[in-house]
Amino acid sequence: MPLHLEIVTPERLAYEDDVDMVLVPGIEGELGILPHHTPLVSLLGVGELKIRKGGTEESFAIVGGFLQVRPDKVVVMAETADLASEIDLERAQEARREAERALESGYHEGADLASARAALQHALLRIRVAERRHREGPRRGG
Amino acid sequence: MASQREIRRRIGSARNIKQITRAMQFVAASKLRRAQETTLASRPYRETLDEVIADLAAVLSGDDHPLLAERDFTQAHSRLIILITSDRGLAGALNTNTIRHAAREITEHPGDLKVVAVGRKGRDAMRRARVPIAAYFEGFGDRPTFADTLPIARLVSDDFVAGTYDRVDIVYSKFVSTLVQRPVVDQLLPVVPSADTAGIPGNQFLFEPNPGMFLRSLLPRYVATRLYQAVLESTASFFSSQMVAMKNATENAEELIEDLTLSYNKVRQANITREMVEIASGARAR
Repeated sequence: MPLHLEIVTPERLAYEDDVDMVLVPGIEGELGILPHHTPLVSLLGVGELKIRKGGTEESFAIVGGFLQVRPDKVVVMAETADLASEIDLERAQEARREAERALESGYHEGADLASARAALQHALLRIRVAERRHREGPRRGG
Repeated sequence: MASQREIRRRIGSARNIKQITRAMQFVAASKLRRAQETTLASRPYRETLDEVIADLAAVLSGDDHPLLAERDFTQAHSRLIILITSDRGLAGALNTNTIRHAAREITEHPGDLKVVAVGRKGRDAMRRARVPIAAYFEGFGDRPTFADTLPIARLVSDDFVAGTYDRVDIVYSKFVSTLVQRPVVDQLLPVVPSADTAGIPGNQFLFEPNPGMFLRSLLPRYVATRLYQAVLESTASFFSSQMVAMKNATENAEELIEDLTLSYNKVRQANITREMVEIASGARAR
């Protein structure tokens, strides 16, 4: 029995398909979900989500989300979800420089500091996911 | 009766107006289409979030999280209304209706009350009515994003947790159809969990790290999602209302042009007749 996976953000349904396995960045380490997993609701960290399907692997950069495993499907809810092959590396680099500048420019209020840090973390994640993808290419076989 | 030239000038300006309102009508129609798509695309997230909140509410009580705790309203309480309107006008009675709805809510439930205004129209109206404004956010334009609503969500949840307010409502214009937009008051906080519709009792889920912590990280996001939804509905309402208003304006301009053309012809005819009479009487007098 395949695993029905949905990745949902406030702005769109980012992914929906039957897959073999999904690896998510759980808040306490990576979490692998196979069919017939017990019903679970878990917070997700900032990280990479990997989907295995018929020998291929796809990955998403996930920020600020949680996971709901139900008997009929798995739903990943995230504030943003970017498909690795769709990440614009240059724009991510630009976002990283901007976030670093914001952090270096001295004094910060609590909220500003937190959001600048979050932006930097997000940019770094996108770069990591995109670069890994570029290096390895879409993985086949298995 | 106005002179020929005067009438021609007025026909010209009515034509210009018609051109502008017509263009605005089409622009609003295409923006409406996009706004509707965005509203639809945001629905799955909202629905799943509602489900999970319902699941959590089944295993938790108000003691576990302040955003969930129903407070005692018999005592003096303070309330916050988030009023969502547009920055610009030219959208028929849309903003007026939303503001009137908010005003009625305010007068019917007197007490300690403040308003967070999203959109310039709402802020101006509240300022005129001397309702205290806690914060003002400029509208989010044609394409509101989820990130736009995060600052409001943070402000509102922080204030609620700190006990500044006992209840928070959103007043906005719900998009029913292109012709119908209904102003509504929705309770945002404390959270009212919806009935569990997924058919799986909440207590069958395993919550990681634990339900309390999960809820703490989820609720600010829930508030942001509700606000985002309300902003999207308002945007869709704005464009549909503007489209209808501009359609009416175009039709009115057409009617005006017709009327003016008629009186222009009448004046022209009268002038010709007068000239002919003058020529004829002049010839006879010779």
